[in-house]
Formats: sequence, structure tokens, C-alpha cells
Amino acid sequence: MLHNMNPRQTGALSRRRFLQAGAAFGGGLMIGWVEFAHTEEAGAVDAPSTLFAPNAFIRIDREGKVTVISPSIEMGQGTFTSLPMLVAEELDVDMKNVGVEQSPPSDKLYGNPGLGGVQMTGGSMSIRGFYLPMREAGAAARQMLISAAAVKLGVDAADLTTQAGQVVHARSGQRVDYGALADDAAKLPVPTDVKLKDPSTFRIIGTPVKRLDVAGKVNGAAIYGIDVQVPGMKVATVAASPVFGGTVASVDEAAALAVPGVRQVVKIDNAVAVIADNYWAAKKGLEAAKPTFNDGPNAKLSTADVVAALAKASEREGAVAKTLGDASAALQSAATKVDSTYENPFLAHATMEPINCTVHVTPEGCDIWVGTQIPSITQLVISKTLGIDLDKVRIHNHLLGGGFGRRLEFDFVLQAVLFAKQSKDPVKVIWSREEDIQHDMYRPYYYDKISAGLDRDGKLIAWKHRIVGSSIIARYNPTSFKDGVDPDAVDGAIELPYDIPNVHVDYVREEPPGIPTAFWRGVGPTRNAYVVESFIDELAATAKKDPFEFRRELTANSPRARHVLERAAAIAGWGTRLDARKGRGIALLQAFGCFMAQVAEVTVADDGEVHVDRVVAVVDCGQVVNPNTVEAQLQSGIIFGITAVLWGEITLKDGRVEQTNFDDYKILRIDQAPKIETEIVKSSEAPGGIGEPGTSTLTPAVLNAVYAATGVRLRKLPIQAQLLRST
Amino acid sequence: MINLTVNGTKVSVAAADDMPLLWVIRDLLGMTGTKFGCGIGQCGACTVHVDGEPRRSCLTPVVDVADRSITTIEGIGATPSGKAVQQAWLDLEVVQCGYCQSGQIMTAAAIIEMIPEPTDTDIDQGMSGNICRCGTYVRIRDAIKEAAKAAAGK
Repeated sequence: MLHNMNPRQTGALSRRRFLQAGAAFGGGLMIGWVEFAHTEEAGAVDAPSTLFAPNAFIRIDREGKVTVISPSIEMGQGTFTSLPMLVAEELDVDMKNVGVEQSPPSDKLYGNPGLGGVQMTGGSMSIRGFYLPMREAGAAARQMLISAAAVKLGVDAADLTTQAGQVVHARSGQRVDYGALADDAAKLPVPTDVKLKDPSTFRIIGTPVKRLDVAGKVNGAAIYGIDVQVPGMKVATVAASPVFGGTVASVDEAAALAVPGVRQVVKIDNAVAVIADNYWAAKKGLEAAKPTFNDGPNAKLSTADVVAALAKASEREGAVAKTLGDASAALQSAATKVDSTYENPFLAHATMEPINCTVHVTPEGCDIWVGTQIPSITQLVISKTLGIDLDKVRIHNHLLGGGFGRRLEFDFVLQAVLFAKQSKDPVKVIWSREEDIQHDMYRPYYYDKISAGLDRDGKLIAWKHRIVGSSIIARYNPTSFKDGVDPDAVDGAIELPYDIPNVHVDYVREEPPGIPTAFWRGVGPTRNAYVVESFIDELAATAKKDPFEFRRELTANSPRARHVLERAAAIAGWGTRLDARKGRGIALLQAFGCFMAQVAEVTVADDGEVHVDRVVAVVDCGQVVNPNTVEAQLQSGIIFGITAVLWGEITLKDGRVEQTNFDDYKILRIDQAPKIETEIVKSSEAPGGIGEPGTSTLTPAVLNAVYAATGVRLRKLPIQAQLLRST
Repeated sequence: MINLTVNGTKVSVAAADDMPLLWVIRDLLGMTGTKFGCGIGQCGACTVHVDGEPRRSCLTPVVDVADRSITTIEGIGATPSGKAVQQAWLDLEVVQCGYCQSGQIMTAAAIIEMIPEPTDTDIDQGMSGNICRCGTYVRIRDAIKEAAKAAAGK
């Protein structure tokens, strides 16, 4: 369900959810929070009597310290700061008195209204989904504190205001700290209707606020999933069948147990784990165990087989995702017709923190220490797997050393549980980097056929786009897979910022055998922006028009798109001369509730190697919450995108992923990083998501720059240097 | 038993000679600030200082550093350059997910120790062994220059 939702709809949904949650807590406030205290990870939870917890998102203690319970997880994107900012704005407290804690698993209390009410962090949806609920939570708490102060001071609530953690009675000059009102406020009913601030009066939203999660990240104190230490814990490492669908054939258990420190060898259908006193012993034990596997039906699979199947599938009619006018007729009548095929490779996520999960299965239940983007789904899956009640599965969620969609999956948690239930001890399962790269769930290979027609004046009059590939949504959230269309697969292909009178977009589902597919940073729009924006560039060249001007002419009815396009071109110095083998490319995106334009400058060496020298990014993401993290996410998304466009490719041979580690699955390094200039458009539109569009826009900007530098149009990723050698 | 000095404290560990320093620090000493990233010296997340020099702890057999002085991310703040780097990292808001940053900070502290006024080229060369998947490179460049100034008392 990681596709765009109407922000207004999201707001309406969230209001109902919030008020329901508030009412539920009105009667059983403290009981709910005592239960919460026991399930929460290590966070200091005060005695219940000192707490004012008006709803699931806020706790205020007697010292006036505000703790925001974040429904979203922190994986670097900055929501542990931006969500508390929303609360602090409406509650009227200074950020220095605000802390943050991770929420426990609960769709009911912490589900994201923008993601079907599931407690999931992804799709650049945290701000979009929680912009209103978090503000409403803060406003409700503020109103309850005012009501408590009115009683305490014997004055009319209408004469009270708030300022920086105090209720103020201006006429008498009396001020009462929130902390002194917390106990009284806790006894009041949660208001059913709250008034939110007018955005023109915001003091915190829209200002650069320092991140709340970084102090422990510069001195080694921050605890990620892989850092968890549980008394009596053992450490395991894993070898799964190198061919997807294969099973364990043999294991030399005795050899493994002969390695000092090795305690146990455990097996599941497709994988072996060696449990030891530490990681090194486990790794040596696994090497000694020399596991072998029955490869199964995918033993001979290669990338070429997958591509051939996709190419064949592209001949089928697809399920219609969008129709406007009559694209077929317009194509036939067009003065010029252009047809292209674009391909997207499989990609791994390669989060810096290798996949890991710590599990203790006991007769009483199951404890799981992990960093996951999907705590509630994980809890449900494990409770069903073990056949135990939901509340017997305790998820202790931690900071994530990167997510990018990898930790939207529970495969590794399930595997760790199946291993750990064979041990009496808590077991921390750590995958080697090689295991991580070779047993990821990959961004799908996509195969796109795209055609367009231009009239005699070079005006774009017809557009046909067929998207062929795996449906992640059909597996992940089948109810959103309707009439054969995967809404993620076509996201970024059906809502274009351009005026095109005749449009037809369809989708053909073709599942590759023997390789699991999953979401990857930028989801549908990243794959589609590459195709759409590369192809728009092709059309500009066909029409003999400047790529910026060609786009600009098509955006007459999309002022936000036109503005970012013009700003990016202006900042980049579009049209100024560059040296030979250097080029400038432009791309435009409308996705994630944002409009973004990027201009990339590249140098193509004589041997065909591409270096990205400079990227200008201009974004209109609506109302900005924290410009500091918006800028950081633009930088981050751009760097992430460059890695993929230059080198990102997972290939299969004999059913096995060929890449193993950072030496053959290369990641951009600092000496290869471009200069990045960003501009954030001031806007009062609904807030957009910012974690992903930077990545989505980057790929076509770079490819268009390569075309400008060399005249070579690349339609397969990653860039193949041999096509770009100087002759 | 192998003797080490870690962040100024003498410790003895019962480790196989070939056990990498990384796992001695993490699993035997329980200090988790030093990170496992690749295990083959490609990413730099495991960087520590051995007698003040940056070293990939994932590729360093513990026996090779017996009786040597090890500094980890937990101890680098006690050095002027380490403290300056940590502060610059906070002031310029370098960090995103943060997982690689222990290694980035350890390498950066060594750079400004060796080069009082590092240029972009110095920084790019010195830091190119440390991968950041969140792409914090732009801010790392600026933060190292800030840290160098602070460490030099400018």
C-alpha cells in the first residue's frame, strides 16, 4: 500500500482514529500505560501516578518533561525529530523539554493512516500520515492542561493561554508549569474536538530543529538491533541455500562442534545456523560444517532467463492503469512516433547494519529484539508461527542501521525464530554481509515498453507505456492489488506533471521464478521516473527542442512542477557551456506528494566511466516540518541513487546471486560524491514525503546528462561504461 | 590470555589468536559502538585506533595487537581531535541512521590529527575507505573542516 493517498482523506481518517483512541484511554488511562511500560524497551518509564498520558502519543511528567511516543521507527530519515516537533508545536513546549521513545507494536494505537492503518514506516509516509494526528494529540493535551489550570487558579479557561510549557493567565500574571498540572489534567476527559494552530503562527514547524536521536550516534552509545545484549545470549550465523527454493542436504555437525565456542548446530528446511559463544566462533563453526544443499527447480536460472520471460510477457495486453483520450489513434495519426524499451535490474538494499535478529523462545512466550519497519506485522506473524497469543510475542524494536525497504520484510525474523526455538538460550542471529547480499529480497527487474507520438510542431500528443514485472503489492498487500494493477508498479507513471491529451498506461504481472522481490527506496516512482524522464528526453531530442524547454512547455497546467523545474534550471546555469565529455541533464518528478526537479552534471571519462560532478535539487514538498532533515534526505536520496545508476545490479547465474559484498556490490564513496545544492520551495500545501523522491529523480537526471555528454541514450541500468568510450 | 589496553584500561581476554579485534571488542568486551559492516575491510564501520593509527578491526587478528593501545568510539572523545570531530558531527547534523558513523568519526579524528587543515582532496582521500549508505558525505566534508578548526583552536 506504499502509494500516494489523498492527503485530505488521510486527515479525515486520522481524526477518527485519534478520537477513538482518546476515548478508550479516558476510562482506562493508567492501566493501558502500565501494560505499555512492561512492553516498552528499556525506556525509563516513571511510576504511573506521575504521568499525564492523554493519548497514545504523549506522556508528560511532573517536571514538565514531554515524551513523544513515535508511531514511526527511526532509520536515519529523521522522524524521531519531526514527529515530536508536530506535538511540541501544538502543545506549546520548547523542543529542549521534549524526548522521544519508540512505540510498542499496535496497529490500533500507532497504525499509519496513510498506509491503511498499519504500523509501518515506509513509502515516505510518516509526515504525510501523522501530520494531523500528532498535531491533534498535542492540541488535545494542551486543552486538557488549560482546563486543569482553570480549576486550579479559579479562572475562566477562555482567559488562559499557553507559552513554552506553561499555562498563562495574562490578567493576573499567574503562570503554572505543565508539570504541576499533569496529575490534574490526567483526570480530565479527552476533548472530542480540538482547534489546531493557524500555520502562520507556527514557531517550531518549518524551523531547522536539531535531531533528537544523534547524541548516542557519535559516541557509540546508540543501540541498534545488532548491539543487543541479553543475559545468557549466544550468537549464531547462517548459511541458507544459495539457490532460492533449495533445501539443506548435509551438514558436518561434528566438525562444527569441534570448533571451540560452538554450542549447537540447528537446521530449518533451507538453512543451517551454528550457535556459539560469539560471532567469530559461529562463523568458524559454519565454515567447518560445510553445509550442502539440494538446489531444487531453480538450479539453472540466470538473469537472461528472467529478462527473456519479461520480454515475452511484454507482448501481452496489460491491465489498464490509466486511459485518457485515445492513445492508439493518436499514435497512428502522429507525424513522428518514438518507441523504446527500458530495463531496470534487480537491486539489493545493502543496509549498513547487516541483517540480524535476537530471539528468546520460552514456554512463556517469545522475545524479539530487532530493528524493523513493521513491528505489528512481525508480532502477528510470529504469534501465528509459534501458535501463541499475540501478547506473548514481545517486540523490542531498536534503531535501524538503515532500512530502505529491507526491514519492511519479516523473512529474517521468522528465520531467527525458527532457529532460536531449537535453543534454550536467547540467540542473536547475524547474517554475514555475503548472506545479506545473497539472500535479500530484491527490487524487481522491470521491463518497460514505451511509445509516444509528436505532431508536426513537435508537440507531444500520444503516450503509451507498458510496465512489466513482479508485483510486490500482490504479495505484500493483496487487497490493494485490484483488477490486475499493482498500484506501486504504476506509481509515478500515471500521474505525470505534463499535459498529454492521449494516454494509455498498462501493467503486466510477470513473476520471476527463484528470486524474491520487495520494496526498495523510492518504490514505484524510482523505477518509473527513470523510464518516463529518460523517454521525455528522447522526445525532446526527436523534436529538436531543449530538454528543459520541452518539459516547461508541457507543464502549463502544473504550476508547482513548472516552478521547481525553472528554479533547478536557473540554479544549475542551464544552457551555459560545458567542456567536452561533460553534460547536464534535467529530470522532473511528481510523486510522494512532492514536486522535484534535479539537474545533474557529469563527466564521462574516455574509458566510459561516469562521474557525477554536481547535482542541483529543488523540491516543493508542501509544508516543511524540519528543513534540516529535508535537506539531509535530499542529499541522502541523491547519493543512494548515484550508487544504483552507476553500479547497482544483482545478477543470477546457476540460480545463485553472483554478488557477495561491497567489493562486487559497490557503494558510492566520499571521493566519488558530487557537490549537492538544494532549494526547498516555501509552500503551505499539504506536506509531502521526502525520504524517497531524491532517489527517484536522480537516475534520469544522470542518464540525461550522460546523453548530453556523449549522445548515447542508455536504456538499461546500471550504466555500461563500454557503451560510452570515446572513439 | 591476550593483554590489551582499551581506552586506557588494561584488559585480558581469552580469545583465539585469529579472532578479529572487532569481535573481541564487541562480543568479549561487550562494547558495541564499533560496528560490523562487511568483514572484509571494505566499509570501515569497524575502524578503531591502534596506538593512534586507524585500523580495520574486522581484519586485525587480536594476537597482532597484543599489549598495544586500542581506542574505540567509546574512548575517542577523550582526545582533543576526537572530541572536536564528535562536536562538529553534532553541530553540522551529519548523522542519519548513524550505523557507519563510529567508523567515520574514528577515521576523521585520525585525519585531523595528521593534517591540521585538510582540503576537500585530503578529506576525500582519507575518508574514501568508509562507506555511508545514507549518503552523509556532503556534511562529513564540512564537519571535518569545522573539527579541524576547532581542534587547532581557531
